[in-house]
Amino acid sequence: MTLLGSVIVLSMILLTVVGPWVSPHDPTAINVRPPPNPGPPSGDFPLGTNLLGQDMLSRVLCGGSIILQVALLSVLFCFIIGVPVGLLSSYAGGTLDKVFTLVMDSFYAFPGLVLAIAIAAIMGRGVINMALSIAVVYVPSYFRIVRSQVLTIKELPYTEAAQAAGAGGRTILLRYILPNVLPSIVIVATVNFADAILTAAGLTFVGLGVGIDVPDWGWDLTQGRQLLPSGAWWVITFPGLMIILLALGFTLMGEGLSELLNPRLEQ
Amino acid sequence: MIPMVLLLLSIVFLIVRVVPGDPVLLHFEKKASEEAIAEMRHDLGLDKPLHIQYFEYLAGLLHGDLGKSMAPGRDSISQQIFSAFPATLELALFSILIAVGIGTLLGVRASRSYNSVQDHLVRVFGTVIYAIPVFFLGMILLLIFSINLNWFPAGGRTQPTLEPFGLTVNLSEPVGGFIPHFLWSLPAGFVFLAICFIALKRKHMKFWPRGMVFSLLAFFTGWSVYAMVTWYFMSAGVLHISTGLYTIDSVLELNIVKFVEAVRYLFLPSLTLGLMLSGVFIRLTRSNMLETLRQDFVTAAKARGLKESTVVYGYAFRNAFLPILTMMGLQFAMLLGGAILTETTFSWPGLGRYIVDRINFRDYTAIQGAVIFFGILVAIVNLIVDILYAYLDPRIRF
Repeated sequence: MTLLGSVIVLSMILLTVVGPWVSPHDPTAINVRPPPNPGPPSGDFPLGTNLLGQDMLSRVLCGGSIILQVALLSVLFCFIIGVPVGLLSSYAGGTLDKVFTLVMDSFYAFPGLVLAIAIAAIMGRGVINMALSIAVVYVPSYFRIVRSQVLTIKELPYTEAAQAAGAGGRTILLRYILPNVLPSIVIVATVNFADAILTAAGLTFVGLGVGIDVPDWGWDLTQGRQLLPSGAWWVITFPGLMIILLALGFTLMGEGLSELLNPRLEQ
Repeated sequence: MIPMVLLLLSIVFLIVRVVPGDPVLLHFEKKASEEAIAEMRHDLGLDKPLHIQYFEYLAGLLHGDLGKSMAPGRDSISQQIFSAFPATLELALFSILIAVGIGTLLGVRASRSYNSVQDHLVRVFGTVIYAIPVFFLGMILLLIFSINLNWFPAGGRTQPTLEPFGLTVNLSEPVGGFIPHFLWSLPAGFVFLAICFIALKRKHMKFWPRGMVFSLLAFFTGWSVYAMVTWYFMSAGVLHISTGLYTIDSVLELNIVKFVEAVRYLFLPSLTLGLMLSGVFIRLTRSNMLETLRQDFVTAAKARGLKESTVVYGYAFRNAFLPILTMMGLQFAMLLGGAILTETTFSWPGLGRYIVDRINFRDYTAIQGAVIFFGILVAIVNLIVDILYAYLDPRIRF
């Protein structure tokens, strides 16, 4: 399962990188096919064209970059914020821990997409803003998993031994606790990748995407909604399938990884 | 729970005022005169010091006031939200029904034939459905069932000619004034008395002396409250009963045409949202059932020679259902997120559409209000689920 997931994910990333070279037309050039547009799939345009007369095949080949960037950045942000805060808060304990847990819990209970939409709406367009607003939603999952792990590891004999041997707080956190927390964080991160991709697509769909001058699957879907009454199925189907494939790849990878790293879950 | 809600309110409050720099400037995109900007700041109270704004905002929330919209009319956000809410509630209720229905049905089936082809198919379905963007699913369903087959309408909530929904009753004022009306309401007192007796019996409470006090209280309060409430409505002359949920309102009206139309419009959106949520329920039901089916009381029930379906549904499923209930509460937050996208796809006039509409207008006070409303809603639903859980699980008693 991990293998299948990784193959899907890697090929998607590869596709995004080489997409601009292999695509038959410029994905943003309009009226590549003379009007009337949108035109159904045909010999020159195997996946049809959209309302602006852009070639859908080229757009599908190049359109993953935004969504991947946003997902990657948001997972990175989550990692940078969630892990240190979780480590510190649970290791220190006391009031600090209580405050952080309360803040994280209130974010965790809140409808994620609503929060992301609100923050993205306030911060404005852009890849980084989108990634940040998604990160806000998912930081609590990292915090929680790190915290629960640290609380168990803190009590284990080898941590106590390190303490007895005179290791300082920083050494214990970074050299004894962090390496043992990492596997669970990697699992959370892979599963979150899928969520982040779907959330990024959702943000684009409600009009908070990056813009029209970059090929983007999410934007194609948004625009395709206006064309639905005319029955132009090709405008939404192919970008949509790509998003599904990407999200599915990450989900499979995450599930496979969690089975690999936690053999007990299998039973 | 209350500190969590309060914290969230404060964070949203701060984000709206501090992060963009100034919501009013952002709203106008720097394309307005000084006067217009100052006027809007004054109208919305954004010219006051931050701490005063904060307390006014909290005080407003206590009596359900979410502030004014940035739209030229400066409409009350609470009113707009309350009028959009029933549509979202109806969508949410039906989709959670569909999700739990599909989830438990497929989950139980998969667990009964563990590791068979059927089991694997159900698991694949559960994984794939989770990876599909809900609006994409919605558009595909729309394309197939509405545009190509023309079975269902393409969007909206009902045909405009059928509105308004709800039961309107013309009442004539009772003859003789309040005193005879009050006397005629006596049977209501006895109904409440009977309810009180049943409750006492179930609690095994002795009639004397506390039970006696309770029954007398129930009798007189029931009688007078019924008399006063009915008097209030009857003297108003016209009574309009409307829940805002079109399916329920049409049943109240006993209007088949309206009911069929309401269901036809509701079907695709709630199916979309329900399918999206069903993945979680399938997994949960399956894993819980697998665990429960292995327990001793199931083996004992089988050993007694009960039918397999009785064992599965009557014994195992009842025990596996509690975690599903908890999940329903947890999924409510996800449901609201999905509702925003589904409503946008199907032009469903609920809260999600409201938020998206306000985003396009850059109406930050309205976005703030809607987000807070969602937060409070989630908190209330979680509270209800906790209470239900305690009621259904005899091990938990507060």
